[in-house]
Formats: sequence, structure tokens, C-alpha cells
Amino acid sequence: MQFMLLFSRQGKLRLQKWYVPLSDKEKKKITRELVQTVLARKPKMCSFLEWRDLKIVYKRYASLYFCCAIEDQDNELITLEIIHRYVELLDKYFGSVCELDIIFNFEKAYFILDEFLLGGEVQETSKKNVLKAIEQADLLQESQNEDWGATS
Amino acid sequence: MSDVVERTLGVLPALLGQHEPGAGPGGAGGPHRLSASSRLGSLIRNITALTSKHEEEKLIQQEITSLKAMVSAPTTSLRLMKECMVRLIYCEMLGYESSFGYIHAIKLAQQGNLLEKRVGYLAVSLFLHENHELLLLLVNTVVKDLQSTNLVEVSMALTIVSQIFPREMIPAVLPLIEDKLQHSKEIIRRKAVQALYKFYLIAPNQVQHIHDKFRKALCDRDVGVMAASLHIYLEMIKENSSGYKDLTESFVIILKQVVGGKLPIDFNYHSVPAPWLQIQLLRILGLLGKDDPRTSELMYDVLEESLRRAEINHNITYAILFECVQTIYTIYPKSELLEKAAKCIGKFVLSPQINLKYLGLKALTCVIQQDPNLALEHQMTIIECLDHPDPIIKRETLEILYRITNGHNVVVIVQKMLDYLKETKEEYAIITLAGKIAELAEKYAPNNEWFIQTMNAVFSVGGDVLYPDIPNNFLRLLAEGFDDGKEDKQLRTYAVRSYLALLEEENVFYPQKFLQVMSWVLGEYSSLATDVDPETILTRLHNLLKKTFVTSETKAWIMAAVTKIASRASFSKTVDKLIQEFSSSLDTCMRQHTFELKHLCEDKVLMKGLLPFDASCNDMVVDASLSFLDEFVAEGLGQGAAPYKPHHQRQEEKLSQEKALNFEPYGLSFASSVSSSGIAGRQSPTGLSFGSDTSGNSTEMGHKETNTLKLEGVRKLWGKEGYLPKKESKVGKEDEPQTVSCSSLLARRVAETPVSKSDQVSSLSEEEKEKQQLASTLFVGLGSNANVSLMGKVDLSTQKFKRKSKVDKAQSNEEALNMQNSAASDFGPLVDTVPITKEDCDGDKHTTLRKPSLCSSDTVGETLQSVKKPGLDDKLSDSRLSPLSLFADSNIEILQPSPSSQCENANKTVLLPSLAEELEELPHSEVAELCQSDALALYLCKVWKDDSLLLVVFVSNKNPSALNAVNVVFEKEQHFQILESPACQFPVIEAQSVGHCQKCVRMDKLCTQGVISGFVNYQSEMETHLEFSIPLSLLDFIRPMKMTTEDFGKLWLSLSNDVKQNIKMPSSQDSISAALSVLHQKLKLHIVDIIGNEGILACQLLPSVPCLLHCRTHSGMLALWFRSPCSALPDGLLYQCQKVMEES
Repeated sequence: MQFMLLFSRQGKLRLQKWYVPLSDKEKKKITRELVQTVLARKPKMCSFLEWRDLKIVYKRYASLYFCCAIEDQDNELITLEIIHRYVELLDKYFGSVCELDIIFNFEKAYFILDEFLLGGEVQETSKKNVLKAIEQADLLQESQNEDWGATS
Repeated sequence: MSDVVERTLGVLPALLGQHEPGAGPGGAGGPHRLSASSRLGSLIRNITALTSKHEEEKLIQQEITSLKAMVSAPTTSLRLMKECMVRLIYCEMLGYESSFGYIHAIKLAQQGNLLEKRVGYLAVSLFLHENHELLLLLVNTVVKDLQSTNLVEVSMALTIVSQIFPREMIPAVLPLIEDKLQHSKEIIRRKAVQALYKFYLIAPNQVQHIHDKFRKALCDRDVGVMAASLHIYLEMIKENSSGYKDLTESFVIILKQVVGGKLPIDFNYHSVPAPWLQIQLLRILGLLGKDDPRTSELMYDVLEESLRRAEINHNITYAILFECVQTIYTIYPKSELLEKAAKCIGKFVLSPQINLKYLGLKALTCVIQQDPNLALEHQMTIIECLDHPDPIIKRETLEILYRITNGHNVVVIVQKMLDYLKETKEEYAIITLAGKIAELAEKYAPNNEWFIQTMNAVFSVGGDVLYPDIPNNFLRLLAEGFDDGKEDKQLRTYAVRSYLALLEEENVFYPQKFLQVMSWVLGEYSSLATDVDPETILTRLHNLLKKTFVTSETKAWIMAAVTKIASRASFSKTVDKLIQEFSSSLDTCMRQHTFELKHLCEDKVLMKGLLPFDASCNDMVVDASLSFLDEFVAEGLGQGAAPYKPHHQRQEEKLSQEKALNFEPYGLSFASSVSSSGIAGRQSPTGLSFGSDTSGNSTEMGHKETNTLKLEGVRKLWGKEGYLPKKESKVGKEDEPQTVSCSSLLARRVAETPVSKSDQVSSLSEEEKEKQQLASTLFVGLGSNANVSLMGKVDLSTQKFKRKSKVDKAQSNEEALNMQNSAASDFGPLVDTVPITKEDCDGDKHTTLRKPSLCSSDTVGETLQSVKKPGLDDKLSDSRLSPLSLFADSNIEILQPSPSSQCENANKTVLLPSLAEELEELPHSEVAELCQSDALALYLCKVWKDDSLLLVVFVSNKNPSALNAVNVVFEKEQHFQILESPACQFPVIEAQSVGHCQKCVRMDKLCTQGVISGFVNYQSEMETHLEFSIPLSLLDFIRPMKMTTEDFGKLWLSLSNDVKQNIKMPSSQDSISAALSVLHQKLKLHIVDIIGNEGILACQLLPSVPCLLHCRTHSGMLALWFRSPCSALPDGLLYQCQKVMEES
């Protein structure tokens, strides 16, 4: 996978993860172009897009678009399921997730993504394991929060 | 944090005003939400409440200013810094520059406690990319965290390494990460493997030495770790599938267990077992089984099972099915499986779900050429998809059609493609589609008018984004013409007329490339349209020149056209007007062209001579060596001028003067001298003209002609096809009657299909009928049971623009040139840079050193085994302990010690084999041992035949019993080609006897030294495998070339790549004849003539690339001057000359 973007129906970027080294300018250009193209598509259309020499796989969940760029020989359907699994993970973590959760807790969303996809490849497919890893880190965080006064 | 949150997806600001997002229902220990009262919360709230972009910008700028102040203040606590980072990430996501914070993100990752570190690492991974310079500062932090005892820290460090890490710092962390492969926690092992995968991607040679660790990871008892290692294997197998065939069985077993549901339930996804793992494995199997019947055999069963098991109607099963189908079509075919896969594709294509339909089409595209019947089966669906509202479906459908195009359906298909081309706005799509249309049009055009019209459409729609070779090819096709002169004329005339008609229209914009094509054609061929007054053409072109949208490059093309037309007209008012108008133009190029035109017009005879009609393809003889200047040079020398020395030589002499203490002759300085002589070679006339040809300077026709033609003139001599111009066209003609009958046959059959169809569905709506008609036109010529050879012939007959054989020649020339180029580039690094060659040598030494040490000392072997054994046992018991026992089978093979380590002191009683009598007379090398084991020994003898190099390999059986099924297999090597089959087999070699096989070898790409490797295996108690390598040198392929002095002179002038070099003569041979006889003996150069202190020699590189050498002695130096059509050959020979001269 080359990159993953989350954006709202209004075209506002909510999350971006790049797995290929690109300059900021390129990233912005790609984001702008893709958001436009994807938003312009009608609901009954195919979830796949050919864009430049890449394949774009996107899916809309409520008001959020999840959009991944893969190479031509990659499997589009499984990418769609990667998106779905990510949504499931978010859902389980936040408890019926909504766009607001991702807006306000985007760093959590990133942590979950990093535990699920690493360097553009699926790292851990088991929902339980991903969340276990996240929760472990969160727990640590909590214990540190508690004795914060002592440590600082 | 127990507030209950109400979430709605409604209006955002209103909600934000009333509620504080708090903790989710995760309960105690569950995830915590960032308090909305935090500064980030309020920032987000404020921003979402804003309505205009302008306000947002203002607010963010404010925020960034305050953040900037805060992060750089020394009093800012790390905890606050963490919050700042999160806010910065947010700002950056909105598209605002926040690079001032990058360094603080790194600092936070370094100094913070766990929770701050986590955010620091996240910020780094989001802000920086792997080539960012600041990333170097992170390396120390990563190293420290990798050594931490805290699991979370280690895991964070591994995560960041797998995402971004500077390539050059890999050695700093690699040992630490290797250690982590033995970690007790599987999550750490998994991440370590993933980090290694990342390293493999960015710097494969840095992890080359730990390939055995990958194998360990593959055998890990945890499925996650094993799955992660598959990423690496997929990449490695992509690179070199033959190196991993031995793992096929392991992969098959893993897949079998996955498909059979033997994995823990955790890995299920919507009750499908580990789909990601399955897909990864299917891909690997596809790569392994490609073109390999034996390996494919192993996987048929599991593929069938995969197909069978994937039955639930869910996306994920379709994903697996799709991958399965692709694998089945990639590997060596098995008809039953293909049948099932085809059925599967049908399911996809017919699915009402658009995503599946798309994938069905994609699968069809892949397999349609293997199985054209599938297209016929689904023709109605394809037709429907052609008018699909979703452009992506349309595009994929066109891709299918593109692949089934033939002479009968080309018109319809190209029309459909043009329709799409006109609709689409996307540049990338336009470029690729226009290229495809142009290709089809050239290949299958039914008539001239259609071809020109189609190309016009391509040029006007594709505009200036087209690949430049589309217009170039088109012009070349027109210029070179076909076998039939009448046809050529018709085509050109039609093109001229159509362009005139296009130019007649007022206020139409054409892309520059199209205008250039038009002006070239008008300039060359407008006189073919005899009824058109040249004056009207000139007026059109003149009008164009005045247009502002025409670029100056195009203007140059137009001016060239005007000049050509003017050369044919006796007098033209328009030309006069044009000269007047533009001789004061501000554009200097235009002015120059105008003046040229003006002066040429004054001398019509010269002009006619300069611009002959339809001569763009005629060969011109160019004296590349500038021999007409010889007299001038001789005169200059006679008057005492210093002889010319090329730049590199002057520089070298200067260097040797500077280093007064250098006692060594400059043999070793060869590297630098070659690189400079390489440049000199490129500067030779041919090289120069080649460069200018590609640089787009082709507007000046006179110039261009000399360029391309000069090249062809030179290369043509050595094209493989030589001068066999008319042969092919004759063959084509003989074919014609046959093919006509074939095509009519086919047409009849195809005509029958729709009839039978319409019988079935008698009451068809108009629309349906139309579609059926379209189908019958589209799928014409796609045989349902036609055999392939028939089809092939039909295609041949319909290929209208069969280029003249001249073109073929040009192509073969081009190939030859490509070969030369590639040879030159291959050759370059080998000798250019000494370090590389050194490294190579070292590498060789290593391998050769390693083998004997393994063989000779048993103790080493034993320790090795004893080291290995516990590991092996551990692994075995591990895998048995694991609940899955997934990899028990795969283990054994993986760690099997190589048979070469078992070889002991072989009894060398076997006699040396000898050559057959007829070969004994030819020049040949000594019979040398290649390799041996305790059962057999391999010997090699090189026979230097006149026309080829013959390798004779002797397999001698040392056993007291016969050896069965001995196979000697040579591996493919890029520089050399083994003629006939690369293997030879001996069903039986009797005890104590010798079998021998012969292989002819050709050098495909020039190199000074190379190796052909291979292996021999034979059947004994266990299959045994013995590797060997045969070193080959350039000299093995050099043969003397006999010729007369006269021929030498002629050939010398026609060659252009020259290399000159002075080398010191060894004291033992101070006369030219002695020196030359050394070259004759050692390098097999033929001495043509010796006159005074000069001598000429000739040789050839097999099969027939000549190289000429001119030698002259002066004051203890031998001046060598090589010439050859192949640019790399002189360099290679020069090297050899230096070597032998030094040795003697």
C-alpha cells in the first residue's frame, strides 16, 4: 500500500498515512486531486479507481471516506477488507465509532493504524491482538498519569 | 470520566457546544478520550465552527505562532510538548507548514517517558519521510530503545524502524533487530521481521547475510511471525524465483493447513481463516510455479481445495478466489483447474455487484490471450460494460478489447476507444489509451483513409501529452513506406489532403505535435497532390506561422516545410512575402531560418541538391573518419606541427610526467584511460549524431537526414540479417492466398454464431439486437474452436502496414545498437571503476575459499553440524510443541546441510578424460577439473572452433557402480547464451567411465570476463546436487579475421568507434614484428600487414563483429588504435593487449 487517506464528505482531511517517501507538495497535490475525484463519484459506482499508475480503493462509512492507494498487481478486494477491518478496530476501540471520535482522537486512530498496518503491509489481522497491544500502551499511560506528580 | 456521551452525526458545531466528549464505554482500563477542554479540543472546535477558509487560515497561523513560541521555550515541560506535538500534527494535516516542530518531535521521542515518547515517535513518523535529513538524529534514540528492557519501548522503536529509517544507518541497528528475532514475545519477533522486511525493501544487500534468519522466521511457531516473513519471501521470490523452489512444498503445506482451518480462531476474518495469509501464499505460489511444470504439480491440489473452500458469499472469499484464479493462470496450466478458474471468472463477470464485475473484467484481461474463448462466452456482458456509466468499468472493458483486436474488428474497437478518449480528462488515461490506439491502427489498419483519420484523431485528442514515439513512428512509417510503391503514394497523398482540409478551417487549435506532423508531411509530400497549387499550401503554412499559439519549435518545423516546398516551386509570392516578414523577426531562430531560406532561394540548384524529393530515408555515405582531411594533416605534420593526441592521452602523459617516482608502467591506470576513451568514442561523429538525433533537433531536415542515415549506413554492415531485403515480403505474398481463405472461413463461422443465438432468443428488442450486432463485429475472428495457428495467419494477412524490409533492417540495426549500448554500459562499470572489480574478485575468492575449507577439514564440518544440530532439534521440538505443528515438514528441508560439505578426500584414481579425435585437432584448452564429489568428477575442455566456442564437459563416474539419471544443467547468464538446450542428460553412466556433452556458447553481451554456472545432479540413495562454474573470457570469443590490406582500408573507413592508447613496449620485444607476433599468438589477432614501423591487425568477435587494430612504434612506445562497429569491443581488446604486453 502506498498511502491511506481519511476524509470527510466535505473534503476535509481527517487522517493521512504515507508509506512512500513524497514531498509535502506532492502529498498535498495528490490529496487534493484524489479527494476531488472520489467525492465526484456516484454512490453506486465501483469502489476502485485507476489513478495515474495506481489503483485507488475507497469506501465510505457514514460521513467518512477511507481511501487507499495500491499498486496495480495488488488485490483490490482484500484492500477493501483492510479498510473494513480498520473500521472494525476503531469501532471496537471507541465503541461504535463516529467521525467525531476520529477528529478529536486522531492520534489514537494513528496508533491503532500503526498496530494494524506497518510500512504499508498488514501486520496483525487479529482484532483481539491489535487492541491488546493498544490497550497495553494505554494502561501504561494511565499508571503514569496517576503517579505523574512523582515522576515529574 | 464517566460522562455519558451522546454522539450524533448531525451538525458538528452545535454538538460541540453542548457536549464534552469523554470516555467511551471501554470501562475501567478502557480507552480514554482526550478531554475536550484540552487545548487541542478547543482548537478543533474553533476550527470546525468556522465557515470560511480565510478565517481558518488566520486561526491556524495564530495557533502556529503560539506553538512556535511554546516549543522553543526552554521552560516547556515534556508533557506540554506532547500536547503541542498533537496540535502540530493537526495543523499539518490541515495543510499548514509546521517544520519548526520536527526537531522537537525527535527530542520528545528521545527524552519523554513512555507516553510522551509514543506521541514523539508518532509525530516523527508523520512529519518526516525516510530521506529526511533530520531522521539521522533519531538513530540513537532507536538504538537505545531497542536495548530497553521495557517491551513497550522496544515495540515502539521497532514500529518506527519499520516505517521510516535512514538507509545508511541500517548497520547501526541491524544486530539489535536480529537479536529480537529470538525474543520470547511474538509481537516483538513479528515487528522485528517487519523491520527486516523494510530493510530488504530499501537496501536488499544489507540484509543479504541473514537470509537463514528469514528461514527461521518462516518456521516460527507463531503464525503472525511466519506471516510477516512471507512479505520478505514474496519480494525475494519476485526477484529470483528459482532460488526458492525448494520452499514450494513448505508453502503448500502452510496453505493447506490454513485452508483446512487449522489456525487459531483469532486469525479468522468473518469466519474465513487468515485471508491475508492465504492471499500472500497464493501469490508466492504463483511466482514459484510460473513456467515450471514440476513445481506447479505440487500446488494443484491445494489450489483446487482453495477454490472449493471459498464458497461463502462475502467479499473476502471473492478476494481469495480472485487471487486463486490469477495463480492458476500464472502457473503451468492444468486443464481441470483452468476450467474451474474460468467458471470462477464467469461468476465475477456476471455478478450484479459492480466491484466484482470490475475484478471479473480485470481477470478476463489477464487471461484473454491465453483463452480467447472466454471472451466469446462473455461477449454480451462485455458489450454491456462498454456503455457502463462508470468510466472505470468502461476502461477495463476497452483493455479487454484491446487485447482481442484483430484485422476484422479493429474499426469497431478503435472507434470505441476513441469515444472514450474524447470523454476522459485524465492525462494518464489519455497517454496510455492514445498509445494503444496508435499501435492498433498501425498494426491492423484496413485502409489508408481509416488509418490517417484515426491517427488524426489520436493526435488532435492526445495532443502534446502523447509519448513522443507515436508521432515519430507515424512519420517513419510514412517515410519508409511499404512494399508497394503505389500504396505508399496513395497513403501519402491522402495524408496531405486530409491535413490541408484540417488547416483550411479557421480558428481551430491543434496541438503542437500534430502541427509538426502536418508540416513535415506537407513539406515532404505535398507535391504528390498534383491538383493542389503549392501556393495554397504555402499560404496555409504562412498563416500558421502568424498564429500566436504556435510555439517556436513548431515554427521551426513549419519553416522547414516551407523551405522544402519552395525548393520545388520555381517562384512563389508567398515565400517572398514570408522572407520579408520574418527577416526582421525578434525570434532569432525564425530569423535564421528565414535567412537560410532567402539564400537558398537565390541558388535554386544548390537548394534542389540539398532537399531532394522523398529522400528522407535514403542512405548517405558519411566519411566518419574524416579521411578527406588526411592530406591536410600530412601537410601540417610536414611543416612541423605536433601530431594530434586525443584529450585522454594528453592528460595521461601529463599525469605521468607529474609523478616522477612512478616506476610502474601505466598498465593499471587502465580504468581511467578507458573511461576517458569511452568519452572520446562517444564524441566520435557517430556518437555525436546519435545524440543530436534524440535531442529533438530534427527540425532541420538536412541535418536530420545525415544523422539518422549516417548511423544506418555504418551499422548496416554488421546487422545480423545483413542484406536480405526482399525475402520477407515474398514470403508474405506467398502466404496471402492461404490466409484469405482462412479468414473467409472464419468469417463464415463467426457469422453463424449470432444466427444460432438469435434463434434461441427470437423476440429481441431493438436495443438487444444492436448489441448482438456489435458483438458479432467485435468478436469476429476470435475462434471458439479455431486452432491458434490459423488465427496467427489471419492476423498476418490483415496486418496492412507491413513495413518494407528496410525497416526490419533498421530495426535489427537498432537492436544491434541497443546491444552495443547495453554492452557498453555493462562493460563500463566492470573496468571503469577498479573498486568494483576488486570487490568482485574478493567475492570470488570468498566462495572459492569457503568451499575447500568445508570439504577438507572434517572438524570444521563437524563443528558446523554440531552447531546446527541443537538448533535443528530445538526447532523441531518447538514446532511439535506448538499447537499447530504447522511447519514440522518444512523444517527438515530448510536446514539440510549442503551436500558439498560432506565431500571428503576423493580418490583421484579416475583417469583424465580426453577429447574426441575430430576436436583434438582444433585449438583447445587443457582438460581441467570443474568440481567433484565422492561419486563423480566434472572436467571441462574449451574448444575454440572457428565459428563458436565449444564447451566439452566430461562427467566421470568414480563409483564402482553405475550412476543413474545424471543431469548437467547450465544456468542462464545474461552475458552468454547456450545454444540448443541448456541441459544435458545421461540416463546411465557406467562405473568408472566417462560421459561427455558439448555445448556451443555465444556471447550475447560484451564483457571482459564472465562465468557460466550450473550444476550436476544425479540419482543415488538421495538426490545429490553439485555446483560448478566455468570462467569465460572475452578472448574465448575472439577469432582472427583474414583480409587483405585493401579490404582493411575500406573497412577501417566505415567504422567509427575508435579508441587510441599508447602502451609501453616490453624490453624483450623492441621491434614491431615481435610485438605483433605476441598479439597474434596470445590474442589470436590476424596480422594483415606490416609496413615499416606500422602494422595492421584484424580480428572478430563471434559471430561476426570485426575489430581492426592499427599499431605504430615510436621511442619504446606502442601506439594502438582500435576501430570497431561495437563501441565496447575496442576497450575490451585494449585491456587484453595491455595485459599480454605486460606479461611478456
